[in-house]
Amino acid sequence: MTTLLLADHDNATLGSATARALSAARELGADVHVLIAGSNAKPAAEAAAKLEGVAKVLLADDPSLDHQRAEPAAALVVALAKDYDAIVAPATSSGKNILPRAAALLDVMQISDIIKVVAPNTFERPIYAGNAIETVESTDTKKVITVRGAAFPAAKEGTAAAPIETVAVTPAESGSAFVSESLSKSDRPELTAARIVVSGGRALGSSEKFNEVLLPLADKLHAAVGASRAAVDAGYAPNDFQVGQTGKIVAPELYIAIGLSGAIQHLAGMKDSKVIVAINKDEDAPIVQIADYSLIGDLFTIIPELDKALG
Amino acid sequence: MKVLVPIKQVIDANVRPRVKADGTGVDLANVKLSINPFCEIAVEEAIRLKEKGKASEIVVVSIGPAKAQEIIRSAYALGADRGLFVETEERVEPLAVAKVLQAIIAAEQPGLVILGKQAIDDDSNQTGQMLAGLLGWPQATFASKLEVDGDRATVTREVDGGLETLALTLPAIVTTDLRLNNPRYPTLPNIMKAKKKAIDVKKPEDFGIDITPRLKVLKVSEPPARKPGIKVASAEELVKDLKAAGVL
Ligand SMILES: Cc1cc2nc3c(=O)[nH]c(=O)nc-3n(C[C@H](O)[C@H](O)[C@H](O)COP(=O)(O)OP(=O)(O)OC[C@H]3O[C@@H](n4cnc5c(N)ncnc54)[C@H](O)[C@@H]3O)c2cc1C
Repeated sequence: MTTLLLADHDNATLGSATARALSAARELGADVHVLIAGSNAKPAAEAAAKLEGVAKVLLADDPSLDHQRAEPAAALVVALAKDYDAIVAPATSSGKNILPRAAALLDVMQISDIIKVVAPNTFERPIYAGNAIETVESTDTKKVITVRGAAFPAAKEGTAAAPIETVAVTPAESGSAFVSESLSKSDRPELTAARIVVSGGRALGSSEKFNEVLLPLADKLHAAVGASRAAVDAGYAPNDFQVGQTGKIVAPELYIAIGLSGAIQHLAGMKDSKVIVAINKDEDAPIVQIADYSLIGDLFTIIPELDKALG
Repeated sequence: MKVLVPIKQVIDANVRPRVKADGTGVDLANVKLSINPFCEIAVEEAIRLKEKGKASEIVVVSIGPAKAQEIIRSAYALGADRGLFVETEERVEPLAVAKVLQAIIAAEQPGLVILGKQAIDDDSNQTGQMLAGLLGWPQATFASKLEVDGDRATVTREVDGGLETLALTLPAIVTTDLRLNNPRYPTLPNIMKAKKKAIDVKKPEDFGIDITPRLKVLKVSEPPARKPGIKVASAEELVKDLKAAGVL
């Protein structure tokens, strides 16, 4: 049979998380159909159709599906589920919001945040903030899975576009309504897709310093900017910058951790980065223990020097 | 309005988990266990609603091994009114927890259920959403702000791109994120009082619910270790090394 991949998108574009989840979905061995649930979401459907390995795109286009609220989106997934053996979504805030709701309605125990497909019914997933890896076999006939994007490569665009089929939507009373959103706007790369991430912690001391010290460095390196929980809690950086067990999971080529200690909850979000640099005044900080390169000293003198050394 | 808060006992957030040598799980013997931090935030939020006169009673529920009853007492010490404990030594998955909660909710009829967004042991991030699905109630996950006004809740959620605000018609499910509140510390007199309070203890069978796990845990292993790193003396040396490593 077939795998259904619930896409994460904003109607106009498809996030890289979907392309990564597609790579995991393909490893299940069946054809993959991508579901775009949205409103005026044709552009996102067209982007999905271009990805290599997509057999078909299902476009459910209805005002009730704007903002991907969980109630209508999960109801749609459930309505389509009978034709699929597996239902997959990226473990983004949207996928994590919608898919467990659908899983319960299908009486399936979801497998969250997989990092490896061992077999179509067996998966590896991190537990305890990534301090352990669990291998689980699902005994449910249908599989419902969310995928950790950092663990899979993004599928590339193919040569031919897959067909786009429209699916009917029956809007139902959901009890929830979208009120507003305030999204971070930035010309920098997206945190979970960036090749380089520059991350700051409590040591930055204020949002002014956070911006003044980290942003020029990030721009020079074409890097995304991340933060520790302490930096976000203190208001130095917005919540969507948080890297960690309960924030975003990243695995860039280069992760530069500046003035953050590397608590296990933070390491959970970045320790699979290819190269880790720690800039910290404490040589015993946990981040220094796992870093490939550590520069011990005061970040407020080191970062200007680093800027200069980068030319 | 009654507020129901499901809570879980987990390894303390400050303890470094160790994988058992036989690969069957994480060693929890002689390890400090606590209320899951996100559940603690949920209890705190319920208490604040009660202090604001929006909630009349706070009922906490936990499902787990006998020892986990301790966290009902922790919730009492913070200000929960009544506790229900469903005792089982089995591994209970989020789907089973959601089903037991659904049965409890049918009897308790709360106007709002607040849960933690994830437990820091299995990191599943499912129970609230599953419960909302089973009940057919609206949900707002990853909440950083909650306001209740009559039969409506306005919830600001932490999403990947920033913040989103939803309006829900009660009854509804809300799951907490880190920045919803800072839980209070219990006072000593309240800790003492909590020790004497009754807990209603049940078994999953009392609800006629099959909690048999759907996932078989084949193995639990250590994550791959990183190779040891080096200290560099200057920013120039760092840039040179990063160029040599091919990442700059
Ligand atoms: C349930 C739960 C979930 C959590 N989830 C997350 C998560 O997702 N992500 C996350 O990051 N955290 C998370 N945390 C928090 C985590 O435990 C730590 O508290 C947090 O990561 C600490 O942030 P920090 O490293 O910035 O601050 P600190 O631990 O205070 O570290 C500051 C560091 O800066 C260094 N420093 C100070 N001054 C200077 C200077 N001038 N120059 C150079 N270095 C300096 C210090 O040596 C220290 O190492 C979570 C905690 C809990 C309980």
